[in-house]
Parts: sequence; structure tokens; C-alpha cells
Amino acid sequence: MTHAISIDAVSKRFASLQALDRISFTVEHGEFFALLGPNGAGKTTLISAMAGLSRADNGQIRIMGHDTVTEARDARMKLGVVPQELVFDPFFTVRETLTFQSGYFGIRHNDAWVDELLHKLGLTDKANVNMRALSGGMKRRVMVAQALVHRPPVIVLDEPTAGVDVELRQSLWAFVKELNAAGHTIVLTTHYLEEAEALCSRIAMMKKGRLIALENKDTLLSRSAAREVSLQLSGELPASLQPLSLRQQDGRHILALPDIAKLEQVLSELRLAAVEVRELSVHETDLEQVFVKLMHGGQA
Amino acid sequence: MYGFITLFKKEILRFWKVGFQTVMAPVLTALLYQMIFSHVLSQHVEAYPGVSYTAFLIPGLAMMSMAQNAFANSSSSLIQSKITGNIVFLLLPPISAPAFFGAYLLASIVRGLVVGAGVLLVTAWFGLPLPAQPLWLLAFAVLGCGVLGALGIMAGIWADKFDQLAAFQNFLIMPLTFLSGVFYSINSLPPLWRGVSHLNPVFYMIDGFRYGFFGQADVSPWLSLAVVGGCFVALSAWVMRLIASGYKLRH
Repeated sequence: MTHAISIDAVSKRFASLQALDRISFTVEHGEFFALLGPNGAGKTTLISAMAGLSRADNGQIRIMGHDTVTEARDARMKLGVVPQELVFDPFFTVRETLTFQSGYFGIRHNDAWVDELLHKLGLTDKANVNMRALSGGMKRRVMVAQALVHRPPVIVLDEPTAGVDVELRQSLWAFVKELNAAGHTIVLTTHYLEEAEALCSRIAMMKKGRLIALENKDTLLSRSAAREVSLQLSGELPASLQPLSLRQQDGRHILALPDIAKLEQVLSELRLAAVEVRELSVHETDLEQVFVKLMHGGQA
Repeated sequence: MYGFITLFKKEILRFWKVGFQTVMAPVLTALLYQMIFSHVLSQHVEAYPGVSYTAFLIPGLAMMSMAQNAFANSSSSLIQSKITGNIVFLLLPPISAPAFFGAYLLASIVRGLVVGAGVLLVTAWFGLPLPAQPLWLLAFAVLGCGVLGALGIMAGIWADKFDQLAAFQNFLIMPLTFLSGVFYSINSLPPLWRGVSHLNPVFYMIDGFRYGFFGQADVSPWLSLAVVGGCFVALSAWVMRLIASGYKLRH
């Protein structure tokens, strides 16, 4: 059984910078996979190596079982990439752009699929407009369509919603979810962690060219304290609650709440100790907190 | 194969959409050269026996315009794609190195030939005869545009900035084309400069192209064909290897 994407011990160095350091992981068919990390983590370098835009120094990448170097043609036919930079050819209209892109993949008479892409991405009325005349968000949609002209089973979106308005983000995600539901494997990098949290089933995190986490989203979230309760008290924290204490912050005690039922126990302990609660708030751990912890070297 | 056809069509459409700049402008420039030089020099120079200077000048101007525009087509298209970043849309699909090279090359040749035809059309009334050797004419037109088109691909891939490309164009291509016997027969030069001119491949393009019109030239058309053809084959093989290696395109 082949993987949709298989990355095996891939390294890449640019002069003194180790852009990728023995990265290995696989993405399965039909997965919605997030690749997260701060700027300079190596996400785009890894995507470039997958797409054949750059060549890894060591290691092997396969797309739907095809080696990206020795079977570059097959690998590229199976992969659709939406690059991070907003780029376009100012000489052509939207339709010309998509028709040419189809031709580069060797596909003639692709009008029906191009029309469908234009429709799905809300570009039908812009089909004959020159690329220069489109807004940034519209250009981004055309880039998504360009990545899909050859109906690739694996789609990589490198920060597709950077600088894009809320409405387009939502419509874009609806479309990508639809593609995923139809069986396409999706790999996403994004700076909006809530997007990854809402959409993706598995998450990889990169830092300085290395993979520092790769887990099921729920596992990753649950590995961190699931919830925290912040308490402002009239007195000292009772000794019985000390094991739950995470830290003190601005005169408040922050306690871990492994599950919400534990809150009742915390409150009853406080009543028993005759300590009054002056303020209380409960925080859910989200991906952003996990991300920040991991990036600062802490354990999630 | 369809990738090649598509890229070729795209390249043709690209220059055709800005035809004022890519075709009309060089035709007008050549016409101005023709008018000025023929006015100034027609009474003083006879390059070949029985061929007026005004007629002698036309094929040289046509070949020079073809060469410059074939170079400009591939080089400017590539550098624009590289600088704006849209070259990524050509690197993501599985377009082979020969298809990539062939499409840019052929589009450059087409632009060169269109400009050449335009120059001949507007200058013919200065007394251009019908071609004495049409096949030689066509061979040198196509091969000349081919050499400069391939050189343009190389320059477009090599240059990282417009400034570098402009340097290539102004300090290499322009001197080579201007000092190639466009405006004079190299037999009128002192021996040293005549020798230097023989090292310039553009001289052989122009001399061979002129032979196509007048049936006479400074050197044998076979020698010119060997030089221009040799340059074309060597340059093409080198540039194709450059593309296949991913030089400056795939990092």
C-alpha cells in the first residue's frame, strides 16, 4: 500500500543554513494534513522539494508512490501545488491562464473542468478579465484553480489564506473540504492555527528544519493540559489543591483541569478551607497554546 | 508534446499582445536607419559591384533586427517570469527540458522572422531586389534567429536582475550586431578589423543572409552556414543541458 506522500530522511542545506534536517513522515490517502511552523521553519523548502522546484541533498520523496526525482513526470502529474507567493502572468486573462496551465500538463480540451473550477471558485464572471485587473483575493483563487487543472489526487496549499479576506477564506475552505471529501489528499500550511485546528486531522510541526511534533490533532491537544482554571482567592491555595497548580500569574492561581468535572472538586476543597473565590475563569487549550509551547522548547 | 505546443503558443501570444513594442517598434527603427544611412551614404559607397548602398543596407538591417528581437523575445520573457515568480507555473508541470527549450526557441525564431519580414516590407522600396538564392536566405534567417534565441534563453536563465540582462544585451549583443557588417562590407575595413570581424558569428549570419539576396557576399555562404549552424548546434546543446540540470531554475 503506497502513501499519498512519503518523505524519508530528507535534508537540504543552503550555505550555512540547514533548511531541512532528516525530515521523515507520511501522509495517507484522503488525509487533511497540516504542516505548521514559524517563518523559516522549512515548510516551503519541504514543499518545493515535493514539487521538484528544489532538489533535496539527501533522502527520498514519493508522491502517490512516484519518486520526485527518478519518476518526476508521474510525481508531478499527481501533485497540485498552490505556491505561497501571489504570482501571476500579467499578459493573460483568467481563462487563458487556466487553459495554458492545462496544456503544460499535456491536457487538451479541458474547458468543461476549467468552467467547473471557475464556477466553484466564484471566478466565472472574471473568466475573460486580465489577471492584472484582479484583486489579490481573486488572483489567489486563480492560483488554486491552476493547481487543480490536472485533477491531482494530492493537493498542497502553502499558506493559501495569507492576506485574504474572511469571505474568501470561508469559501476557499468550503471548496477544499469538498475536494477532501471527494478523496483528495490535502496538505496545508497556514499561519491561522484555528484553520488547521478546524480542518485538519493530523498535524506536523516544524522548527529550524526539524520535525518537532507529528500527531493526530486530538492527541496533540490532549497532550497539553486540556483546560486551565484561573482563580483569584481571598486566601492561600489549600495544600490539597497544590498538585494541580501550574503557576501564579497576576495574583491568580492557575490550576490544571484534566476534565471539567474536576472543577466541582476544586470548588468544594476551597469551601472546606474557607477560601473565597473572587474571580474564576476557565480556558480551553487550543492549538495556538500547544504551538507556542512547542516552539519555545517546552513539552506540550 | 502538448506541453511544448502550449508553451510555444503562450510565448507567441505573449509577444503578439504587445505587438507595438515587439514588432512595430523594431520595424520603425530599421526604417529610420535605412532612411538616414541611405541619404547620407548612398552617393559615397558601393559595397558590391552593381549593388547600390541602399540595397546593400536592407538585408543587413533586416538580419540585425531579427537577431536582436529573437534574443529579446526569449530573454525578456524568461527574466520577467523569473522576477515576477510566475515561472513556477512552468516548473510545476512535467515539461521536459527539450520541450521547454524548443518552445522558447521556436517563439524567438517566429518573432525574429515576423520582424524581419516587416523590415523587408517597409524598406523594399529603397531598391531591394528579389532574392537570388531564397533557400540560403531562409536558412540564414532561421539559423540566425535560432542562435540569438538560444542565447536569449541562456541569458534569461542566467540573469537574476533586469540590470544583468541589460548588460548582456548592451555590452555583448549590441556590439556583436552593430560590428558585424550591417552598415558596411568588411572588405572595406583595415586588415586588423577585418580579421576581428571574422571572429564575430553575427557577421556570418548577415553575410549569408545578404548572399541570399545578391548572390554575392564577403565570404563563401558555405563557410557562413558552417559557422552559424555550428554555433546553433553547440549553443542549443549547452542551453538544453543547462535547463535539464535545473541551473538557476530549480534550487
